[in-house]
Amino acid sequence: MFLNKITIAGAFMVLGSTAMAGCGISSGNVKILSNDFPAIQSVTAGASACAGDGVTVEANLTKDHKDIMVAALTANPAQYTSVIASNSTLVTLMNDGLVRPLDALVAKHGAGLNPSQMITVDGKIMAVAFGANAQHLFSRSDILKKAGVTSIPSTYEDVLVAAKAIKSAGLMDYPVALNTKAGWNLGEEFVNMYMGTGADFFKPGTAQVAVNNDHGVATLNMLKSLVAYSNPDYLTYDSNATQAEWEAGNLALATMWGTRGGAVLDDEGSTKAVSSNTVLTGAPTWGNNARPASTLWWDGISISANISDADAEATFVAMMNGISSDVIKANNSDTVWLGAGYTPSAASAGVSATAADGAAPYPMLPFMGALHGALGAEISDFLQGNESAEQALADVEAAYTAAATEKGFLK
Amino acid sequence: MSEIIHRRPWPLKTIIWLLVLCWVITAGFPFVWTLWGSFKVQGDFFSKADWAYALSGVRTQVETGGIFTGDGYFGAWITKSFWVAALNTMIVVISVVVISLTLGTLGGYALARSGKKYAFYLLMLALVFRAMPHITLVSGYLLPFFEWNLWGHLPTAIIVMVAINQPFTLWMLHSFFLNIPKDLDESAMVDGCTRFQAFRHVIVPVMWPGVITTGLFSFLLAYNDFTVTATLLSQANQTMVPKIASFLGTTQTEGNVMFAVAAVVSATAPLFVLVMFFQRQIVSGLTSGAVKG
Amino acid sequence: MKNRTFFWFILPSLVTMILFIALPIGSVFIQSLHIEHDAVFKEVKNCGPFGCKLEIQVDVEASAQLKEDRPLGKFNGFGTYNNRNHLAASELAQAWADSPNWKIFLSKTYNLPFYRALAFTLTYTFVVTPMVLLLGFCIALGVNSLPKQFKGPTIFVSLLPMIVTPLIGSLILFWMIDAEGILGSTLQWLFEDPNLSLKASPKLTWIMLIIYGIWHSAPFAFIVFYAGLQTVPTDTIEAAMIDGASRWERTRYVVLPHLVPLIVFISLIQLMDNFRVFEPIVGFSAQASATSLSWIIFNDLAGGEGTFFGSAGATSVLTILGVALLLIPVLLRTWRDFKGKVV
Repeated sequence: MFLNKITIAGAFMVLGSTAMAGCGISSGNVKILSNDFPAIQSVTAGASACAGDGVTVEANLTKDHKDIMVAALTANPAQYTSVIASNSTLVTLMNDGLVRPLDALVAKHGAGLNPSQMITVDGKIMAVAFGANAQHLFSRSDILKKAGVTSIPSTYEDVLVAAKAIKSAGLMDYPVALNTKAGWNLGEEFVNMYMGTGADFFKPGTAQVAVNNDHGVATLNMLKSLVAYSNPDYLTYDSNATQAEWEAGNLALATMWGTRGGAVLDDEGSTKAVSSNTVLTGAPTWGNNARPASTLWWDGISISANISDADAEATFVAMMNGISSDVIKANNSDTVWLGAGYTPSAASAGVSATAADGAAPYPMLPFMGALHGALGAEISDFLQGNESAEQALADVEAAYTAAATEKGFLK
Repeated sequence: MSEIIHRRPWPLKTIIWLLVLCWVITAGFPFVWTLWGSFKVQGDFFSKADWAYALSGVRTQVETGGIFTGDGYFGAWITKSFWVAALNTMIVVISVVVISLTLGTLGGYALARSGKKYAFYLLMLALVFRAMPHITLVSGYLLPFFEWNLWGHLPTAIIVMVAINQPFTLWMLHSFFLNIPKDLDESAMVDGCTRFQAFRHVIVPVMWPGVITTGLFSFLLAYNDFTVTATLLSQANQTMVPKIASFLGTTQTEGNVMFAVAAVVSATAPLFVLVMFFQRQIVSGLTSGAVKG
Repeated sequence: MKNRTFFWFILPSLVTMILFIALPIGSVFIQSLHIEHDAVFKEVKNCGPFGCKLEIQVDVEASAQLKEDRPLGKFNGFGTYNNRNHLAASELAQAWADSPNWKIFLSKTYNLPFYRALAFTLTYTFVVTPMVLLLGFCIALGVNSLPKQFKGPTIFVSLLPMIVTPLIGSLILFWMIDAEGILGSTLQWLFEDPNLSLKASPKLTWIMLIIYGIWHSAPFAFIVFYAGLQTVPTDTIEAAMIDGASRWERTRYVVLPHLVPLIVFISLIQLMDNFRVFEPIVGFSAQASATSLSWIIFNDLAGGEGTFFGSAGATSVLTILGVALLLIPVLLRTWRDFKGKVV
């Protein structure tokens, strides 16, 4: 385990010295703020390779990046020259005009990028995506076989049937898990499931929420049927917990993040029986709808607005080095990379399938965050059996309306 | 103190011993468990299969070849440079304790010796200040600190922690100073000392039990603080607690979790020395007899 | 003490408090009276790795001037305080009108986030505070009577619950109480219920949080009492003994009165800290069953996507008011002590 890490670190050092020549910047400050997970660690390490005479590269990788991001970039000059953003955080930054268009920089330094990596808003490139992620189905083929389920479920109705079979065969009491920790995770599960209905979250063209309807009720009921097969502690299950349960062999069907695929399939922290029988497939559909019940996410590079053009250019070049094909090749299993040099692997099969089946990206709407928060807080009462689905959705609507009014999205 | 006070009948003695023993087990067990577990791999210490793995070390045996492993400590201190964070913590903690106590003893003494109404209102105000949840305060600082380029530096975090801790320090020391008889400093002033001289020469020598206890709390606040240090310090200046949190990251990578556990154990060791040292001070500061009735 | 002397003694302390607490409180209060300017929307085409879509975005330029002129936002008075996510007066009135009896009214009130948080916060505060005082006092008496060589290690171990960083402490405890962890399995074995899970039922979650609170705070009361016990005047005790006072009487009439300022102090700090209970809720992932006022604030500022400064400000101000209310009895007592003081 330890040797492994040292070899990775060594790989970076080699990479660093070769990349130094290719960086081609002579001066500038590069300061990166971002979330903290393996793919981003690889990217920032790649960007740090550009540090040298006149160029400083600093990175602040923290789980709490969202809390300081707006304040840090509002200051002039901004504390950070780059934020590694995602669907949701880019919107937050753009709401306050804190990130700059990248068209000129991409034209000058972005020769090796795929066109699909560009996140364009209103015709302007606002971010360059490097990784994709989505929640999708993880299954244990051996358990399914023992329970007499012949194929991997492709709909949530099938998941329920399979879960019932596993339970009644006495193989597992709680075969199913979703990331259902109250708060952001639970909100995300609702968003995913609701996506599967094909309906919109908001009345078209407005910030008025539209989940308080039959689709919403059906979504809640589907979630409730699924958690009936989950461990009673499900409201405390975040993605770390579900992964640990999976690796311990306590689960047979789980909806987990695609980036967990690599860690689940490798032999660390788990037994051969679990890792060799784990199958990654696309997110299921449900209710006779074609769209998978999942949302697609990207992670990408954005550059601050309140910094000098020279720093912006230096940052962009350093970040391009961070997502270069060399970095991608050296860290192939960290995530589903979008750039050149990525070799699709078994670990990425689920995300690729989810995208290919036509899942929608997480909505880049300014008021989506407020709805996400309201969902995460209000629907656990329904799942615990304390109130009706209608009441839960009415609560969501009321909580969202109060929050969105405060944000100026609703009058 | 005369020995006679400490003579107790045996049933009382047994009850006291049992009580203290129960408490010591309750207080210490989770920590002993952590200490033991820090020499295991994650698969054992956080075993989803069977908690007894933490005792037998099944996965540790498989993954490292022995029942115990120092990987957690090696990873935290060497690979992840935990020592930098330890150094930062030392700077922060010493500064916070010294500054808090200096300001606090002066202020607390004044509050304890003043009978004026405004002193009371000030105490009340300090209390209201203390009621403010830290997270609101800290997010209020963010923008100005970024604007004035104060964000990320150790002195900023130090002064913020001193300020946040001031109401508590003032109240605590004020309570202790109330217990020190007024006659002491007032007779010194009758002898021609100024208020400050009286404070310096008469009060300072007898105030140590209170100051040490208060200092212990300032210490713990600075040592354990997460809200202030995690939000106001840059990664290069991180203290131990945010550093430990960063071992966990958003995605708990296999192995890194044990770095956090090892780091927690490491972070508790200095406290042991500290308490052993000051425990004597708490008791002996009083034997001078100045406090007696 | 002369006003002038007092001023110089208190000045340094006062300056830091004004700069870093009073001013931020003021600004938080002002912020809580405002909401953001009405957003101007425009429909744009968003493209990315997963295709293109027409979506609404905020037109930053359209409201840039307005934002520059009035950076605080739109004045909203106490609107935020009274909205559904805070005091919710209109929702309460509605619930009152719709409820045939008290029980239904209470359950409707409990459905509102602020009151739900308040319920747990108050329960926690009023159970944990007295328990901490009692337990801390007992431990202090116990440790104080130990032979000298045992005192140091006992004090150290006693302080551990307070010392171990709550962040990691709760991670480990959370693990230990898991159904598969050592404490969780022990409880299952004790109660002979293989399905017992502390994390699953709201009732057990509350009990767990309260026990954690007592465990975590008892060392605080202990160490303050212990320091206080060192200053108990031995002459008075000896005199009491000569007068034939029993052990209980000595504790009751000599030791306790001596510790009164400390009791007041500890209850003060504990009432406050417990009213702001927050870390265990995050550490134990308990927000589905128990939330507190501080947790709501945290959730507004750091929980998810986007921050709600006005909302967090409003809850913070309400928290301060709540603490002030709670402290009235303690304050009255301090006021009497203060007036009684001869200067």
